[in-house]
Amino acid sequence: MTKKEKRSIFAAVLFAAVFGTGVSASAMHIMEGYLPLGYCIAWGVICIPFLVAGFIKIKKCLADNRRNITLVAMSGAFIFVISSLKIPSITGSCSHMTGTGLGAILFGPLAVSILGIIVLIFQAILLAHGGITTLGANTFSMAIAGPFISFGIYKLCQKFKVNRHICVFLAASLGDLFTYCITSIQLALAHNQQGGIAAATVKFLGVFAPTQLPLAILEGILTVLIIIALETYGTQELMEIGFIKKEAVK
Amino acid sequence: MGKNKKTTILLIIAAVLIIFIPLFALKGAEFGGSDDAGSVMAEEITGKYEPWFTPVLEQALNGELPGEIESLLFCIQTGIGVGIISFCMGRLVERKHQESLHKKE
Repeated sequence: MTKKEKRSIFAAVLFAAVFGTGVSASAMHIMEGYLPLGYCIAWGVICIPFLVAGFIKIKKCLADNRRNITLVAMSGAFIFVISSLKIPSITGSCSHMTGTGLGAILFGPLAVSILGIIVLIFQAILLAHGGITTLGANTFSMAIAGPFISFGIYKLCQKFKVNRHICVFLAASLGDLFTYCITSIQLALAHNQQGGIAAATVKFLGVFAPTQLPLAILEGILTVLIIIALETYGTQELMEIGFIKKEAVK
Repeated sequence: MGKNKKTTILLIIAAVLIIFIPLFALKGAEFGGSDDAGSVMAEEITGKYEPWFTPVLEQALNGELPGEIESLLFCIQTGIGVGIISFCMGRLVERKHQESLHKKE
């Protein structure tokens, strides 16, 4: 290990320690036991094909080139970090970001489903955040629906030749917001005894959306930052997964 | 200063502002979780809603996870993530450094 690496690891531990002290109890996912059994199973079943496809995708990606593991690991780790930081918002409550945008942009939405579910299981078992029974629903909103929107927006922006960093920003932040829209719909599907699904969705959105808006912007900013870092130092890796074209660099 | 460097600095400033402005603008706010708010809303709509399953860890502990321990576990999550990212970044940065050294020779 070089001195520089040692130093960066030390800095990382310090960074984590500083951030970790500010953490207080809250959660973003649908809480344990808050969805009826039928919904839990249904959402779980919907997730299975995505997870299988995601597993195959990651396996293929690593078989194509062992060195892709650096970026896969970093995308996963990014979700770990981002979704553990709880940020105060203008509404006076706390929420946290998803961090799934980066993986979706680099590897496509399917690969992220696997990375996302790892984080969700970690939080459900150890932290009592989200939950085992609501794992399917949370996986669908955070690790499948959000990344799909991120990926779609990124591709769309690219088609219109928008600056790449702006593409990344829009993809990550809208993906984050969309995750909460899906969560609201999921809750509304199960809890709509007064006034139907649409009214309930609006009510849940009213709780989540204002809190999440500044955090979505923050998530966009952080994702752009890590993309800039990767573009500067990991040019080869990004070329190998086809994120940047070879001609563009030279 | 390169264009990327400028963007990076501006973005970091923006990120810090987004995090800390609410803290100072809303003094005395509770900053509870927005999920708890979601659960409260669920109860408001359904009437009294009793969660039918309690988290595995809370079952094993026969109660809620103590706040400090929860922050420890969150800290571990952050630590694992930051560790992996900075290990990879450290390698990439050093590689670029070495490459530029070799080019000079």
